[in-house]
Amino acid sequence: MKRKLLSFVFGAAFGVAAVSAASAATLDDVKSKGHVQCGVSQGLPGFSNPDDKGNWTGIDVDLCRAIAAAIFGDPDKVNYTPLSAKERFTALQSGEIDVLSRNTTWTMQRDTALGLNFAGVNYYDGQGFMVRKSLGVTSALELAGAAVCTNTGTTTELNLADYFRANNMTYEVVAFEKADEVVRAYDEGRCDVYTTDQSGLYAQRLKLTNPEDHMVLPEVISKEPLGPVVRQGDDQWFNIVKWVLFAAVNAEELGVSSENAEESMKSTNPSIRRLLGVEGDFGPAVGLDKNWAYNVIKMVGNYGEMFDRNVGPDTPLGIARGLNALWTKGGIQYAPRSANGGCGHDDEPGCTCRGQAP
Amino acid sequence: MSVATQEVRQQKSSIWNDPRFRSLLSQVLLIAAVIWLGWEVISNTMRNLEQQNIASGFGFLDTTAGFGINQSLITYSEESSYGRVFVVGLLNTILVSFLGIILATIIGFVVGVMRLSKNWLIAKIAAVYVEVLRNIPLLLQIFFWYFAVLRSLPSPRASATVLDSFFVNNRGLYVPRPLTEPGFQVVTALFLIGIAATVAIRIWAKRRQDRTGQQFPVLLTGLGLIVGLPVAAFLVLGSPVTLNYPQLKGFNFVGGLRVIPEFVAMLLALSIYTAAFIAEIVRAGILAVSKGQTEAASALGLRPRPTLRLVVVPQAVRVIIPPLTNQYLNLTKNSSLAVAIAYPELVSVFAGTTLNQTGQAVEIILMTMAVYLTLSLLTSAFMNWYNAKMALVER
Repeated sequence: MKRKLLSFVFGAAFGVAAVSAASAATLDDVKSKGHVQCGVSQGLPGFSNPDDKGNWTGIDVDLCRAIAAAIFGDPDKVNYTPLSAKERFTALQSGEIDVLSRNTTWTMQRDTALGLNFAGVNYYDGQGFMVRKSLGVTSALELAGAAVCTNTGTTTELNLADYFRANNMTYEVVAFEKADEVVRAYDEGRCDVYTTDQSGLYAQRLKLTNPEDHMVLPEVISKEPLGPVVRQGDDQWFNIVKWVLFAAVNAEELGVSSENAEESMKSTNPSIRRLLGVEGDFGPAVGLDKNWAYNVIKMVGNYGEMFDRNVGPDTPLGIARGLNALWTKGGIQYAPRSANGGCGHDDEPGCTCRGQAP
Repeated sequence: MSVATQEVRQQKSSIWNDPRFRSLLSQVLLIAAVIWLGWEVISNTMRNLEQQNIASGFGFLDTTAGFGINQSLITYSEESSYGRVFVVGLLNTILVSFLGIILATIIGFVVGVMRLSKNWLIAKIAAVYVEVLRNIPLLLQIFFWYFAVLRSLPSPRASATVLDSFFVNNRGLYVPRPLTEPGFQVVTALFLIGIAATVAIRIWAKRRQDRTGQQFPVLLTGLGLIVGLPVAAFLVLGSPVTLNYPQLKGFNFVGGLRVIPEFVAMLLALSIYTAAFIAEIVRAGILAVSKGQTEAASALGLRPRPTLRLVVVPQAVRVIIPPLTNQYLNLTKNSSLAVAIAYPELVSVFAGTTLNQTGQAVEIILMTMAVYLTLSLLTSAFMNWYNAKMALVER
């Protein structure tokens, strides 16, 4: 006991042991705290960004809100921790945050060597380049010798180096700690090129003095599946985050949105009935109420609503769905289903499932 | 009291009552506790890292880094290892700290002396400098200098130039790079010999002066030896140096030597900020020498300049050195703020990019802390040595 206590004290000082004590039941911790502690970016419009009233908005923030809605039935029970790219994993490993929802690229190295688990992909992105129109460049292959501004502590630095090396081009990297300084330095002319994920380029372009003087080049030089991250070793919590995301995607596929969620309860479609908890009982298996998914959809919305509200064509970012459209609409957003049986086996009218359940 | 009873009492008195034993025991126990604590922290950290499936160990230092760095004092490419990234970052940290310390000392001494000037305007200018600069956070000053430097400079295609060989633009300062040809080693050797000879002459001249009171023009002789001799050799050998001129090619200049704006901004911010503190230390040091010393020197017939050089400064320096050391240490540690403006020093490339790519936070932060500790201890050791050398020797 004494040893355990001491380990705890010293470990807490090093920010490590506290986790092993807490990791077993993040859900219990969250419930007793009364809120979800969510790690977000320090300000990336469309993804996680505080508005002029200090409220956090964005597609990554909506995921945090959806998790809170699933657990508490109240999407506002979230506390946000703004994190720089290089702080984010340590903050999660040490237990400072419960879930990291901060445009983070899913890589094997992060998934395996950092003691973390990626719960899914809420935005399929790819790294691109932004240049001044006055440079007269139309392709990234014309960028030999360019000075490139970017962030430290991200996957972009490595992609950049790989791309220029693979194409035998020289370049100069200027890597800043925070995105705001990258934007400013690029705006002041320190660099010819600004590189980050394409979604980020569109978002940061809004911060430039003359956004219309800049263009995003067509090349996408990497795949950047961005998604929420949790600690390894707590499968229940991992499942909750994963299935909150899946439920939002499935709801869009089934045509359930925040507006029609209530009427959908009366739907005869078994897939919708199961998703909303009218039929079957998938809540208790992950430690949640029966109607957790209903709360997510009613209070935050389905995946399409989250996308359109934050980054879609009607927002300042104006990003098309592209890869992030549902698989049924030419994109690659695809979520596993909540239960076996159902569609394909019965001739339920209005069933929208495509696959055959094994 | 007889001898016998004394012996009995000595035998009776327990070892626990011996103060030397007790103090020794308490120290041994304290050391044991500290070692145990340290061991517990390390083993506990290791165990927890393992439990959480977080990679550990120093093997990553041999792995290929794969990313670029825009200022390196040694050869570095994307194929280099993380170990090399560490050295590149370390050298960049040392470069900006070392030059920053020299510059801050020069500015600090000038401003400190200005503040004591009898000229009202000069004294007030120095006072405003000190009060403004030491009261604004350093990070803001770094941003100020960086964006001030960037904003005031033209784009590469509109570079300001001198003689078409020196160029200034917002990508940096480009100067011709001297490439040595065979025969240049003679010039280097003569330069080093000149320095050694000057040091020897100075020691000899000082001894002679102590003995006979005669003075020797060390400064002029030294200049002749250190500058004159290599220059003469350089001309005799027919200028064995060619220059590689920077040229505009595509977006940017290639060739030549380049100083990046991040470095300039960092150097300016660090030295100008620290100089404000050094100026106050210098002022305090000079004021600490009592007025009686100056008056006594005047009474002996010394003119103001020798009074300052032989009486005031040697005593002021003794007061100045210890707090000056603190400022040098601060400057070195403050150089880690360079990560904010993309100067590729240790915290940026090693504790930033490398940490993110490998995820081995414990090892990398430990190494980074060890570097700053070592740099600080080395600076401290040097200044302590110098302090001991300058200290008042009582006879």
